[in-house]
Amino acid sequence: MSAPDDARGKLLQSPGIPLSDDGPVFAEPWEAKAFALAVTCHERGLFAWHDWAQALGGTIAARPDMPYYRQWLATLEGLLAEIGTVPEAERLDRVDAWDRAARATPHGEPIVLGRDLEPHD
Amino acid sequence: MELRVRALESLLVEKGYVDPPALDVLIETYEKQVGPRNGAAVVARAWSDPAFMQALRDDATAAIASMGFTGRQGEHMVAVENTPDTHNMVVCTLCSCYPWPVLGLPPAWYKSPAYRSRAVIEPRSVLGEFGVTLSGETAIRVWDSTAEVRYLVVPRRPEGTEGMDEADLACLVTRDSMVGTGLALTPEEARARGLLA
Repeated sequence: MSAPDDARGKLLQSPGIPLSDDGPVFAEPWEAKAFALAVTCHERGLFAWHDWAQALGGTIAARPDMPYYRQWLATLEGLLAEIGTVPEAERLDRVDAWDRAARATPHGEPIVLGRDLEPHD
Repeated sequence: MELRVRALESLLVEKGYVDPPALDVLIETYEKQVGPRNGAAVVARAWSDPAFMQALRDDATAAIASMGFTGRQGEHMVAVENTPDTHNMVVCTLCSCYPWPVLGLPPAWYKSPAYRSRAVIEPRSVLGEFGVTLSGETAIRVWDSTAEVRYLVVPRRPEGTEGMDEADLACLVTRDSMVGTGLALTPEEARARGLLA
């Protein structure tokens, strides 16, 4: 950032401009994963980048206040459902399965899918 | 969010579209290796080598690729050159298209609704907020990125840099100067920030 402090302060006060921006590219690991999944799906030929940009623009326009990588993930989920790669129902089932596995996992142990199905001692 | 991403990832892995180690490599690349230093090297070469500047004007995609920086989405690069008469500034009003190969991933402000809308409506006042004041004689051109075309601003070469080599010149080229929300640093400014010996 080349803005002097007073200008930075002014921008920080404007609604919606997050100028405290020189932190890591991704705030949390899931953001990086969501980013990489979209790029990889494009590279595997699931959608053209033009269609990705259109879809992301649509999500941003519809839900402007949602944080950026949430918009990104919602776009990817929607696009993969639309083209039939990952139907919505299948995806929600899997989210549920991960949720159950996470709840069944003691703190400090890696979460493994199906953990809730294992017999308990 | 974590669970939603895990769910999507595990399904895509099972369907054979995604290889987990490759995902990690891609993330590592964008977090650590690709960044505005690539763009700064391009600008420094353009300042130093008139033939490269001309190549950049003629076909920026090819000129940038000749330095080893290529896009993953087959995007077309266009270099827009600042002059005493014209200052260029880049935005993506639709989403957040950005020249990843030369600048890395965009800063938070570039993706914000406020920048995306105001850069087009009132570029001069947005520039003022970034600390850039241009003379009234200088026109501002705002370029709207798309999925197909990404812009790299070539900032004006600061005065007093005649004897500097490419590596030192690159230290003057900030990310913001290549988006057009900043100017290249003077050698004094770069020294004050510890960017230049």
